[in-house]
Amino acid sequence: MPVFYGTEIASPLMLGTAQYPSPADLSRAFQRSGAGVATVSLRREAAGGDGSGFWDIVRGLDIPLLPNTAGCHSAREAVTTAHMARDLFDTRWIKLEVIGHPDTLQPDPFGLVDAARILTDDGFQVFPYTTEDGILAGRLLDAGCEVLMPWGAPIGTGLGLNNPYGLRTLRGQFPDVPMVIDAGLGLPSQASQAMEMGFDAVLLNTAVARAGDPPAMAEAFAHALTAGRLARAADPMEPRDMAVPSTPVLGLAVLQ
Amino acid sequence: MKITVNGTPRDIAAPTLAAALDELGYGTDRVATAVNEAFVPSSARAGHALAEGDRLEVLAPKQGG
Repeated sequence: MPVFYGTEIASPLMLGTAQYPSPADLSRAFQRSGAGVATVSLRREAAGGDGSGFWDIVRGLDIPLLPNTAGCHSAREAVTTAHMARDLFDTRWIKLEVIGHPDTLQPDPFGLVDAARILTDDGFQVFPYTTEDGILAGRLLDAGCEVLMPWGAPIGTGLGLNNPYGLRTLRGQFPDVPMVIDAGLGLPSQASQAMEMGFDAVLLNTAVARAGDPPAMAEAFAHALTAGRLARAADPMEPRDMAVPSTPVLGLAVLQ
Repeated sequence: MKITVNGTPRDIAAPTLAAALDELGYGTDRVATAVNEAFVPSSARAGHALAEGDRLEVLAPKQGG
């Protein structure tokens, strides 16, 4: 199973906690999938708000929490949010998002590297939400990141792995770095494909939470990840252009 | 003293951040705080004096992806 900053997680499924129809759906999705990590956030709270109720639910999941800096558009904002998250969730893990554009939610590579360096120096263990860009990946590793989280497609789109060539290249360029496909997945088959390509885990939210039956979809993703991981380990055949009969030709009856 | 709490103007008497959270009703809620866009750890709230016009952010655990 994947190891992030020395911590082995129980499943390659990292699941978000937002947008579920109900808290019960959220809990059942985690139970049925056996997700290994839960992503969480922090937002403004009115006195007497429901923050405590949500905290009780996620603490009850009994799996590592990965707070995010979702919505931050500058390194400064992200760094401050990360510090508040560490205070709130009592973890050094931070899913670092520095968003470059509100429509695409594409990471801002410059702010991302700046924030990653500051946070690593402050003792954080950074999980950067990044693209498939190999140069950027190298800069993030130089900044101290020991995990990379390239996007499959823009957040919430469900388009799957938009750039398989770029992702394969990134995987090949840094074969020993734990990598998570973060965002853009819509179907379990896409998660399976990510594992077949050699990625270590996937992080998703909308594909499960917005499904008609979130717990069932979460379980489907878990099965797909198992299939993809087994397939990768089983060393898939090389594709070829020309047909090759699988049934022996030798011994074929002559009936003409 | 007039301050802003999560974007809303408030008038409080408490001199410190910890006392302000009590006065505002957060009590023992699990929250993280920033004053004037700078993080203030929970361990430093009792010693953090507030000033007129301070902008306080109070955040709690929320759903996230």
